[in-house]
Amino acid sequence: MFSRVSTCGLIGLDGFHIQVESDISNGIPVFDIVGLADTAVKEARERVKAAIKNSGFEYPIKRITVNLAPADTRKEGSGFDLPLALSILVSSGIIPQKATDDYMIAGELALDGSVRHSSGMLCKAIAAMELGFKKLMVPEENANEVSVVKGLKIYPVKSLKEAAEHFTGVNPVQFKAYEEVFIPSLHMYCEDFSDVKGQKNAKRALEVAASGGHNLIMIGSPGSGKTMLARRLPGILPDLSFEEALEITKIYSVSGLINQKTALIRERPFRSPHHTVSAASLVGGGSNPKPGEVSLAHNGVLFLDEIPEFPRRTLDVLRQPIEDGVTNISRVNYSVTYPCKFMLVAAANPCKCGYYGDFTKKCTCSFRDAENYLSRLSGPLMDRIDIHIQVPTLKYTEIENEKAEESSEEIKKRVNRTRKIQQERYKTHGIYCNAHLKGSMIKQFCKVDAKGKKILRNAFDSLNLSARAYDRILKVARTIADMDLSEDINSKHISEAIQYRALDRALRV
Amino acid sequence: MDRELEYWLKLSRISNLRTTNRIDLIMTLGGVKNVFEAEKDVLLKAGFTEQHYKDLYSDELNQDIKNTMDMCSMNDIKIIPISHDEYPEMLKYIPDPPLVLYVRGSIPKANAVAIVGSRKASGYGIETAFKIASELALSDLVIVSGMARGIDTAAHSGALDEGGKTVAVLGCGVDIVYPPENSNLMERIIKSGAVISEYPPGIPPSTFNFPARNRIISGISLGTLVVEAGLKSGSLITANFALEQGRDVYAVPGNINNYNSFGTNRLIKDGAKIVLNAEDIMDELSFGTVPFERKKRGKVKIRTTGLGERGRRIISALRIEDLYDEELSEKTQINLMDLHEILLDLELRGIIKKNITGKYMYIS
Repeated sequence: MFSRVSTCGLIGLDGFHIQVESDISNGIPVFDIVGLADTAVKEARERVKAAIKNSGFEYPIKRITVNLAPADTRKEGSGFDLPLALSILVSSGIIPQKATDDYMIAGELALDGSVRHSSGMLCKAIAAMELGFKKLMVPEENANEVSVVKGLKIYPVKSLKEAAEHFTGVNPVQFKAYEEVFIPSLHMYCEDFSDVKGQKNAKRALEVAASGGHNLIMIGSPGSGKTMLARRLPGILPDLSFEEALEITKIYSVSGLINQKTALIRERPFRSPHHTVSAASLVGGGSNPKPGEVSLAHNGVLFLDEIPEFPRRTLDVLRQPIEDGVTNISRVNYSVTYPCKFMLVAAANPCKCGYYGDFTKKCTCSFRDAENYLSRLSGPLMDRIDIHIQVPTLKYTEIENEKAEESSEEIKKRVNRTRKIQQERYKTHGIYCNAHLKGSMIKQFCKVDAKGKKILRNAFDSLNLSARAYDRILKVARTIADMDLSEDINSKHISEAIQYRALDRALRV
Repeated sequence: MDRELEYWLKLSRISNLRTTNRIDLIMTLGGVKNVFEAEKDVLLKAGFTEQHYKDLYSDELNQDIKNTMDMCSMNDIKIIPISHDEYPEMLKYIPDPPLVLYVRGSIPKANAVAIVGSRKASGYGIETAFKIASELALSDLVIVSGMARGIDTAAHSGALDEGGKTVAVLGCGVDIVYPPENSNLMERIIKSGAVISEYPPGIPPSTFNFPARNRIISGISLGTLVVEAGLKSGSLITANFALEQGRDVYAVPGNINNYNSFGTNRLIKDGAKIVLNAEDIMDELSFGTVPFERKKRGKVKIRTTGLGERGRRIISALRIEDLYDEELSEKTQINLMDLHEILLDLELRGIIKKNITGKYMYIS
């Protein structure tokens, strides 16, 4: 007998409809899967066989042919086990064909017949809704994750037996509907800016960066607190919108990084790959392309500690993702696009040993090495970093200081306000923050008053600023003016923005 | 004359032969010309080896000398042998004087003081070097240094700023600008005084050359002032040479916790004269064995004209030590937001500078 059950496959973050067709006929007992299935799908044979048997059903000793249609697209992953098993049960007449018709089904099977968590389920759920399905059967462990999709009835199942009994009508499963509430997390971040003593200047720079979405690099001796500061940045970024949260969750779902208790990821991600990371794991790759660190940092922060230690080749692959906000991974038959709008935060020592210019410790680098250490960074990547700041080493008295510091929440309130101003201004221009201003838009939106212009001109002459620094300074000054609720950019805003171009100036001590 | 110059050059190129031996030889034979006319036996007795003798008459050396002389006449470089009038008098008395100096500009005849120190200098060091150099220049002393980054550069600029004379001793050929960013400074030094070297034109800078050039820096001078030096600084080598040559060593004290002052503080502990201002050096020189006459005196003023009250407050804080923005804000009680504008203004005027660690320093 022939049967057909619907399931979903993934290319990148996008799901597509797959029909699992099975046919049971007389002949030598074999179980064949056709339709460009990869190894994990082929191995489903053994899982399905054992699961059917151990769920108390009879496994047909006949010729079983399964086709995954469309037959010309590759299928991968273990999410096909459950639809496959159900399809065989339909073919062998245990479940009526009609019962499964409206359902999209996905899930992995264990040998004892229980249904396991499967990755990418959120993307599949979204695809199901877009394809017009009303009912979705998923592993119970994925139920929370998919419950954020509006207009779907979710049928969570724990075992193949439960699924089969649902379709035969013996013991229907209670469905779960869309969960209305979305609260951006406020207290997820245990790391708060109030823990950071002193560092007023660095905190201010981070606030500017967060307010305008600017990329940032911090330079400072070991132990000055660069990492500590960077970790606290996601906590002052503006609240996630539902759409942003959904995008993040999709990426994490595909990567199999979703914790089963949380439905949506509600805090901005903070990713900090080590400098030995490969180019492929940074931007994404593999024969079945998976999202890389840049995508996992989508809508959050990508922190590159010790950035001069990263191989140049690795850093160079970052250029396109930073510019476009997406990564494109091409394979022979298809290409995958993952979003990656992140804020880049980099940290660097002033020299190899870390103590150049810090006169309390000896810098063991030769003069030339010390001078050249940061110049390795120059070029296209630095072109995309708006703010350079130096992080001083704290003195003991400051560490002991009991004075209360501002909390992340207070800073975030201001950031939210500044972002709103920008969203309002750029409504019709297709961007949402100052960091994304380009060419003509800079001229239009960054009006500088006379005194500010004079300072800018002087600074260019005497500080040897490059032409590329010009746009960056204007953009950052725009953000500072927005924080100041000022329409025009004045000399104070320009001066502060110029202070954030440490690496453009003469590097020498 | 050209012929004689050639002899001097040839003699200066024989490697592994002590200069004193060569000079003794010239003295005994009564002139450099006679060395080349002398019998082989005489030379061998004077400390020459077979190899030296062979080298002296080799074609390679001939060609080499010819190249050097061509290069010098092309680039306006003077070749000054030890017998020459322009050869610094003080330098003749050191244990191992260079036989020949290559000179751009002209070496001033006046008394000289060397100012040396760390390349990775702090604002404190740079300001001190600049100020003392200026004040010594006002009293017509010649400032000698090595044109390296940091203290050396500050010392040369300090002297030039007051219209004084200054001499740079290089560890490479005088046609090479090292470090490259000092090309402007080099031109100014040549105009006011001289850039000199014992290495012929075309010799690139090398770590091995620098210690040897330090003996010339201290050798030309009545005394050597070390402004800032770490424990292994090359400036301490210069100070050692000065002692060997029987010259004065002065040192500027510093913070005992600052790595850059470890060397100078140690020198003071070991008996170097402690120097707080240019006056201290001149006092010492008046008692010296070499006649030194005090001339007009002057003090260099700190440039604070045209600055607001807050600008002056910032400068007085930075004159004590290099500070980060937030430390400055705390010390001067100026709001961090307002501070940026004033700091940028001061930086644009060239009074302060921000270094790579983010500290501001006063550079006078």
